[in-house]
Amino acid sequence: MEITTNASINGDILLKVKDLKISFKTDEGVITAVDGVNFFVKRGQTLGLVGESGSGKSVSTWAIMRLLPKTAIIDKDSSIEFLRRDGEIVDITKLKPNGREIRDIRGGEAALIFQEPMSSFSPVYTVGNQIMEAILTHRPVSKKEAQEIAVDLLDRVGIPNPRQRFKQYSFELSGGMRQRAMIAVALSSNPSLLIADEPTTALDVTIQAQVLELMKELQEEFGMAIIFITHNLGVIAQIANEIAVMYLGGIVERGPRREIFHNPKHPYTINLLHAIPRIGKGQGQRLVAIEGQIPSPLDRPPGCRFHTRCQEMIPGRCNVDVPKITQVGNNHTVNCFLYEN
Amino acid sequence: MVSFLIQRIIGMVITMFFVSIIVFIIMELPPGDYAERWAFRKFSGTGTQITEADINNIRAEYGLDRPAWERYLNWIGGIVTRGDFGEAFAFQTSVNNVIGQKIWLTLAILFSTLIVTYLIAIPVGIYAAVRRRSVADYTLTVFSYLGLALPNFLLALLLLYITVTVFDSSVGGLFSPEYKDAPWSMAKVVDLLKHLIVPAVVLAWSATALQLQTVRATMSDEINKLSVTAARARGISERKLMLKYPARLAINPVAGSIGFDINRIFSELPIVALVLGLPELGELLIRSYLDLDMFVAGAILLLLTFIIVVMNFFSDILLLILDPRIKLEGR
Repeated sequence: MEITTNASINGDILLKVKDLKISFKTDEGVITAVDGVNFFVKRGQTLGLVGESGSGKSVSTWAIMRLLPKTAIIDKDSSIEFLRRDGEIVDITKLKPNGREIRDIRGGEAALIFQEPMSSFSPVYTVGNQIMEAILTHRPVSKKEAQEIAVDLLDRVGIPNPRQRFKQYSFELSGGMRQRAMIAVALSSNPSLLIADEPTTALDVTIQAQVLELMKELQEEFGMAIIFITHNLGVIAQIANEIAVMYLGGIVERGPRREIFHNPKHPYTINLLHAIPRIGKGQGQRLVAIEGQIPSPLDRPPGCRFHTRCQEMIPGRCNVDVPKITQVGNNHTVNCFLYEN
Repeated sequence: MVSFLIQRIIGMVITMFFVSIIVFIIMELPPGDYAERWAFRKFSGTGTQITEADINNIRAEYGLDRPAWERYLNWIGGIVTRGDFGEAFAFQTSVNNVIGQKIWLTLAILFSTLIVTYLIAIPVGIYAAVRRRSVADYTLTVFSYLGLALPNFLLALLLLYITVTVFDSSVGGLFSPEYKDAPWSMAKVVDLLKHLIVPAVVLAWSATALQLQTVRATMSDEINKLSVTAARARGISERKLMLKYPARLAINPVAGSIGFDINRIFSELPIVALVLGLPELGELLIRSYLDLDMFVAGAILLLLTFIIVVMNFFSDILLLILDPRIKLEGR
């Protein structure tokens, strides 16, 4: 039944995350942040990860780079298979946390951009210094060449006066400019995977559109796959080929963009789409909100993780058993009892 | 930059002017003056009758009968124009003679203490933060709190005992007997450095404990910054990462508090100096208070504040170089 695992890593699959379970050691005990997450990313395609705050979007993707804090435990049965540039397939969960191999992948083959462009640059070094650092770490070039590549990258991400910006500090740049510079850092080694962790959330709407446009252009140019994390469905509609909807540490529905938007199956996805405000939808119409609160990961509900807020909850089933991954269309899967059998 | 330096130097001159007034007022504050104290010392118990006129004669002899403002102007004028800090009554010579060599030795102690402090506190603080909550971290924390809690003189006695019994060397004073009155030479400098180790370690211990915790705390904060994670995501090795990003910022609070450290060390100096038999200014300062030997006390206070003001100035310039976020206004 597990559709995700049918796709083989060879071929056009770049990354395959299987049964990912991540817990954190805290003072209150071990908290499971992510459990049973399965997804794959095809080369050159964009996967959108959507979900509320705390649904485990960032945790799942930071695990791909092994950037989680030391308190995080990745379950030993989890696997994150990544197709290296040389054709080798590595299971990232089995690598040493800061070893040679993961460091080659980080920045070299998989890059990450963050939500806050302000704090993702160190304030005591110039933007140019930090771009050059990325280039010099992964490419066999001289300092002079690295500088040329860096200026060229800044130019390519649409920063005017790249030579001057190169010498400036991040706090001397505007928010949109900083995110562009961050993208330049991420692209410096021509990665095959770019993880964008809410890259447009901290920007205002016009800048958001520009940055999205830029990312689409660069994807065509560089051919990298993107995992795009956001809680904004409007943004995801513009960029993703496939969408995975996350809720409380797990994926509840996954499918091609059109399917998710026009033929959503999971009650959570349906509710989420109803909650989008639309201009001209008719005045005085109330926004639909999803009932209840997202439960604390400390006491995760048994059975289906969404049953406490679900209007179609089947008593005795949803609150007891865990729904399996069910295929509901071409490449479209859902974890919901409404569609099992 | 240049005009910033000029501004700061003018600021320093103004600060020193007010400091000199305050110092002079402090010198005037204790009841009585040197004339009375001198007469009491000399004639108490001898049965000699001292009259008001006798004391006034002594006052006139030392120039103590003039109004305060005139004495201040004379004093400060001498310092500024001739570098003359006035007369040390109790020593029957000039303050410059009394302080002369001691100021250099005091500076040697101060700076060797500072160097020991930073050489230990910065790397160890960084290490403790990186290895947070490890055995090494806890051990270092215990050691540094021990440094804060143990009285300096006890530590001095302990180290004195160890050096004498284990290493069989003389630790009293700053020079071995054979170099005490010898002219300056390479061997004498080496001898001085050897003798500086114990006082520097004793004095540095508590300053180190404090700065170590500062560095550790700043470093711990900086390690969790997103910019560090971003650099890690670029594939930088942990060692390079730690040194380039959080460690660089962990030094800033230390660089900003050099003046405080000097003040702290100097306040702890007299009692340590007493135990170790060091010829330095702190002990002289206390003695001159007791004797109401006002110009000696004034000179020491003035020199000390001068050192602190200069070191604060140095701190500011250091921070300006270290942290590009600190921008000079209008430049």
